[in-house]
Amino acid sequence: MAPEQTTAVLEAEGLTKHFPVRGAGRDVLRRGAAVHAVDDVALSLHRGRVTALVGESGSGKSTVARLLAQLQTRTGGAVRLHGKDVTVHGGRRFRAYCRSVQLIFQDPFASLNPVHTVRYHLTRALRVHGHAGRTARELEEALTDLLGRVRLTPAEQYLAKFPHELSGGQRQRVAIARALAARPEVLLADEPVSMLDVSIRLGVLNLLRDLKEQLSLAVLYITHDIASARYFADETLVMYAGRLVEGGESETVTQSPAHPYTRLLIDSAPDPERIGSAQRAELDEDDLGEPPSLVTPPAGCRFHPRCPHAMERCTTELPPRFEVSGKQWAACWLYDNGSPAPAGES
Amino acid sequence: MARLRRPKFLRNGKATAGALILLFFFILAVIGSWIAPYSPDATGPDAVVGPSGAHWFGTDQLGRDIYSQLLVGTRGVIVVGFAAGVIATVLSLVIGIASGYLPGRGGEALSVISNVFLVLPALPLLIIITSATPKDGGWIVILTIGLTSWAWNARLLRAQTLSLRRRDYVEAARATGESTWRIIAFEILPNLTAIIASGFVGTVVFTILSEITLAFVGINVSEWNWGTVLYWAQSQDALAQNAWWWFVPAGMAIALLGTGLALLNFGIDEFVNPRLRSGGRARVRTRAGRRLRMRVGFTPVLATVEEGEAR
Ligand SMILES: Nc1ncnc2c1ncn2[C@@H]1O[C@H](COP(=O)(O)OP(=O)(O)OP(=O)(O)O)[C@@H](O)[C@H]1O
Ligand code: SF4
Ligand SMILES: [Mg+2]
Repeated sequence: MAPEQTTAVLEAEGLTKHFPVRGAGRDVLRRGAAVHAVDDVALSLHRGRVTALVGESGSGKSTVARLLAQLQTRTGGAVRLHGKDVTVHGGRRFRAYCRSVQLIFQDPFASLNPVHTVRYHLTRALRVHGHAGRTARELEEALTDLLGRVRLTPAEQYLAKFPHELSGGQRQRVAIARALAARPEVLLADEPVSMLDVSIRLGVLNLLRDLKEQLSLAVLYITHDIASARYFADETLVMYAGRLVEGGESETVTQSPAHPYTRLLIDSAPDPERIGSAQRAELDEDDLGEPPSLVTPPAGCRFHPRCPHAMERCTTELPPRFEVSGKQWAACWLYDNGSPAPAGES
Repeated sequence: MARLRRPKFLRNGKATAGALILLFFFILAVIGSWIAPYSPDATGPDAVVGPSGAHWFGTDQLGRDIYSQLLVGTRGVIVVGFAAGVIATVLSLVIGIASGYLPGRGGEALSVISNVFLVLPALPLLIIITSATPKDGGWIVILTIGLTSWAWNARLLRAQTLSLRRRDYVEAARATGESTWRIIAFEILPNLTAIIASGFVGTVVFTILSEITLAFVGINVSEWNWGTVLYWAQSQDALAQNAWWWFVPAGMAIALLGTGLALLNFGIDEFVNPRLRSGGRARVRTRAGRRLRMRVGFTPVLATVEEGEAR
């Protein structure tokens, strides 16, 4: 299914985040130095579809998620919910926004407050968004329903538990249930399984996929494991040093990668067929060399210091998106024979 | 939380012992002046006489009953200590958490204020103020210590708040749509219990010692407290007269109260910090030397125990 066929729930265009650098350091001598964490990212999320955002550590994936969740204010660009540009900082309007867009954190050992029970976490999320019902019984039903959705049954067994009494997988399920309590349209999952034991990752991913189907959620799946992107996502975007470098249908991007960086990624992943080997398939920075400084990112194509195909113009000119096939684009001068794909489409 | 914690808390031996000692002094503070056999100011014929059936802890140079002086003096010690502790704790809470959670200028300004108060010398200030105000020393001591000794705890609370607000669960609460005050009161505050409680106990100890010191150096001796007894013992050369009963019971009372507060503090620390609490039983050491904690769910998972993680 091509993205053009459905309207996007959540879109980003030209999304940019620069963190001002403070404190000691050589780069700081220049005024206005900043970490270019995210630059000119465009993506769109559609109901019932999973979009994967793949990149190595520090490439800006979590920052994209935080910007989309409006937990951080963006430096530039637009975030559009149902086609309307939204900027919220907090208060009532933020509540309304996060009712539609919910975020799941990477580390389930850190994202639940150690002093509160499962019941507290879920009740609060229901209350905040007005889904707790009017009576104690309605609340109990809503809680049971939530835990049932994430397959923590019987619910009574989990409601009174503190986070430290649960396993990593169970905690992540509670975190997912908390996100579902808002009845969102968009779920931003920031490496939802990377902190979990390999043996239970698949279970959590399958749960997310089922929820996506049942609730017709738009899911942004952030990962540094390109093998799981192929397994789980309809569309895959590859991010390098704060910029999107390639995107398209997951199958195409993972099976015939166009961008030299994506190729390197896939070569470093031993077996994309087997999700069970996900741990080995994670990006190994040693194989790929040092990622560039985000304070003074390389001019032109940010990948050129590490690219085996780097050309003269790569060091000076920023490559726009080029269409590789109908299902795939790459921001790389190697594909400069077709016409540039219009930006903002993915 | 409180529902589950109170019984567990009392299972901690140190905390229980500390709480019992405190309870003992609280009771004395309430009933001390009723059960005192004499008025602490009532002079008698027997001056500087050792313990006897009539005077359990002996008498001073005017024949006053030292046992009664200690009993009556307990109230002043406890009231002043805890009142100043409450004032300092409330101030440190408000200023510490606000300066840690508020972004930008406001937080910085509060931090500067607490740094100024941090270098205010409380005891010399106290001596100056109390010697300048002749009557009603108790309130002056409470206010001076309460208003000057919050800064250290405020700094600790600010540092901890700064670290807590970066935690995922605080960010997750924000992403859920919780309001700022709710995040402070329900997500951050419960995780500061240990610092708040030990700060409170520390201030109480400091206040009590300051009050006793003041009385001992002869300021504010119009009201009876343990320091007043020591002041008279010192000024009448009790040691040279071998009148040990004059200062030993007062010293013991101070030491016992201090021990009780310290035990309570240890108990709180152990209780709130689960790493001290579990005593290492739930942890295993792998052959590689990494420390792991076993967690059993429907899928057994080994999770690394991280430094500084309160869970
Ligand atoms: N609040 C912040 N202040 C300053 N710099 C930040 C901040 N948050 C992130 N960064 C920087 O932005 C860059 C991107 O960080 P981000 O967390 O988005 O990466 P990531 O792709 O999620 O990495 P990982 O896979 O390790 O989670 C990093 O260089 C990081 O140091
Ligand atoms: S634009 Fe140039 S440097 Fe960048 S990936 Fe393509 S070939 Fe390599
Ligand atoms: Mg991240």
